[in-house]
Amino acid sequence: MVEGIIIQGLIKGGTYALLAVGFSLIFGVARMINLSHTCFYMLAAYGIYAFAKLLGMPLVAAVVLSLLATTVIGILTYRLFIDRVREHHVTVMLITLALAMIFQELMILAFGSEPFGAPSFVSGYWKIIGVKVSYQNLMTFGIALAVLLGVWALLSKTRLGIAIRATAQDSEIANLMGINVRRILLITMALAAALAAVAGAVVTPTLTLVPTMWTSPLVMIMAIVVLGGLGSVKGSFIGAFIIGFIEVLVVFLLPGGAFLKGAFALLVMVLILLIRPEGLFGVAFEEERL
Amino acid sequence: MLRRLLKDFQGDVLAIPGRLLALIFFMILFFIPFFFQGSAGSYYLRIFIFANMYVIFAVSWDLLSGYTGQLNFGHALFFGVAAYTTALLNIHLDWQPWATIPIGALAGVIAGLVVCLPALRLRGPYLALVTLAFPLILLGIIFAFTDFTGGELGISGLDRISNSRTTDYYISVAVMIVSVMIMWKLTDAGSSLVRTGIVFHAIREDEIAARASGINTIRYKMLAFALAGFFAGIAGAFHAHFMRIAGPSNLELTLSFQVIIWTVFGGITSIYGPVVGVYILFPLMEFLRAAPEVRYLIFAGIVVVMLLFMPEGIAVWVRDKIERECPRCKLSNIAFRKTCRACNTRLYEHAVD
Repeated sequence: MVEGIIIQGLIKGGTYALLAVGFSLIFGVARMINLSHTCFYMLAAYGIYAFAKLLGMPLVAAVVLSLLATTVIGILTYRLFIDRVREHHVTVMLITLALAMIFQELMILAFGSEPFGAPSFVSGYWKIIGVKVSYQNLMTFGIALAVLLGVWALLSKTRLGIAIRATAQDSEIANLMGINVRRILLITMALAAALAAVAGAVVTPTLTLVPTMWTSPLVMIMAIVVLGGLGSVKGSFIGAFIIGFIEVLVVFLLPGGAFLKGAFALLVMVLILLIRPEGLFGVAFEEERL
Repeated sequence: MLRRLLKDFQGDVLAIPGRLLALIFFMILFFIPFFFQGSAGSYYLRIFIFANMYVIFAVSWDLLSGYTGQLNFGHALFFGVAAYTTALLNIHLDWQPWATIPIGALAGVIAGLVVCLPALRLRGPYLALVTLAFPLILLGIIFAFTDFTGGELGISGLDRISNSRTTDYYISVAVMIVSVMIMWKLTDAGSSLVRTGIVFHAIREDEIAARASGINTIRYKMLAFALAGFFAGIAGAFHAHFMRIAGPSNLELTLSFQVIIWTVFGGITSIYGPVVGVYILFPLMEFLRAAPEVRYLIFAGIVVVMLLFMPEGIAVWVRDKIERECPRCKLSNIAFRKTCRACNTRLYEHAVD
């Protein structure tokens, strides 16, 4: 059982980290809460199903195509809708929420509201110290970790990463330094959408697809980014594993845990915020401090 | 005395088109049951009763999040706590609606004060996401202890408020108008009676400056939470008695988001905004039941389009078209006047922004 908890916790944490890092990035750079973030996760999962099962493409092609399509949709939603109302913070939240509803309804129209399973990527399992770990789970965790490392390298080593971080710190000064802030925002949005899509792609085989599958991870990643400190990529990474493990522990150890897992994760978030109002790794900005 | 009231009425209601519209709207509300008779009429009245309750709910969100700036993403908590309290009291202790509804509202106040504890230390998006957590935590508890709370099915079989739909309607209209008027007065920054309006504005705009001016912001924020909890609680308790059921849907994320959509659609920080928002969007949703497959799609589409073209909300957009503020004495004037009705200053076109 302990091994089960560890494996499940790592996988949950890995997928949450992929989602939360993107969410945190877009908040840090553009100071906006994108409530349609997990929709890209849903779109990618449905995309793989549609391309692989319905159109009969090879799996790898389906995955790549679905990732690209989701990223393009992310860029388009930013360009067409979010960019125009960026100044009004509540309006941004509302418009992304409405977009999320539109995506959900479109998926219902296209695929129906009945849940169904997606094809598995690889079958078989591997024995580590006597525990069966399916290749699928191993791959999910491996890809999540590799992609997150890639994001870290991008943010800390490349010129683009420096530009993104500069915009996050102060977009006006970044603009004065010759950084094209609008382009950086667009790139960040694309990056966040792509991360969400990767998360969707790697968990597709282990999940059942329903058009409402975006709501519960959305609540969880909001808990994670607040826990880790809004805008802090490191914080969301660590927060994702904390929340992932809490969820798995509650499901494994408590009766009725499936209902209580969300409640417990959120309770931990509230408790941590009572002690550290800016989250674990958050920076309290001068004008944002109480 | 009577003459003075009449003069006030002329100057402060009839001369300002927005208020005149509000008055006409309230008058129409009183005559609605005469237009909708019979069983089909009963169905329409039901929609209006729901709209009235959601108006109270949405306006209370506006008071807390729009005016005081405490962005609450879990407003359904107050609604749901009041609904469940009312239902438990009515079912187990057999109390009547006139007793359970005020107690439900008080339960909303307590919920507001509990949420307040973390809320006093947080602000902005942190606050939004923490408040989002509370109803979901409660929802988890409700699903885990099904024998007391009824779980998925909720608690059903509550007493009716009254025996006829028309009476229900008039009670809901009266409660709605009184609540909205109280909240409008409480948030009126220019009021000479209560200080809350201007203090709430000050807290939203700059809390540190408000505190530096000697305002106990903690106390006022608690007051805002308690007030919002009270009015949302009235709405929730009334809803439970009218539906005769209190269920998990009263706490769900959908309801919390719905109230934000209504308010922002109508116009945040304006009191009449949420009223307009609910009265447009809620009947629209019922009307769209005719096409169930695309119902939410059309709804979301309308919200997106409206927000793109009127990011301030529809009621504020209309108000700016029909009213013009005098640059000198800040009095509202009807848009076609060339000069201010009080000080005769020339009214210029609004600066194009």
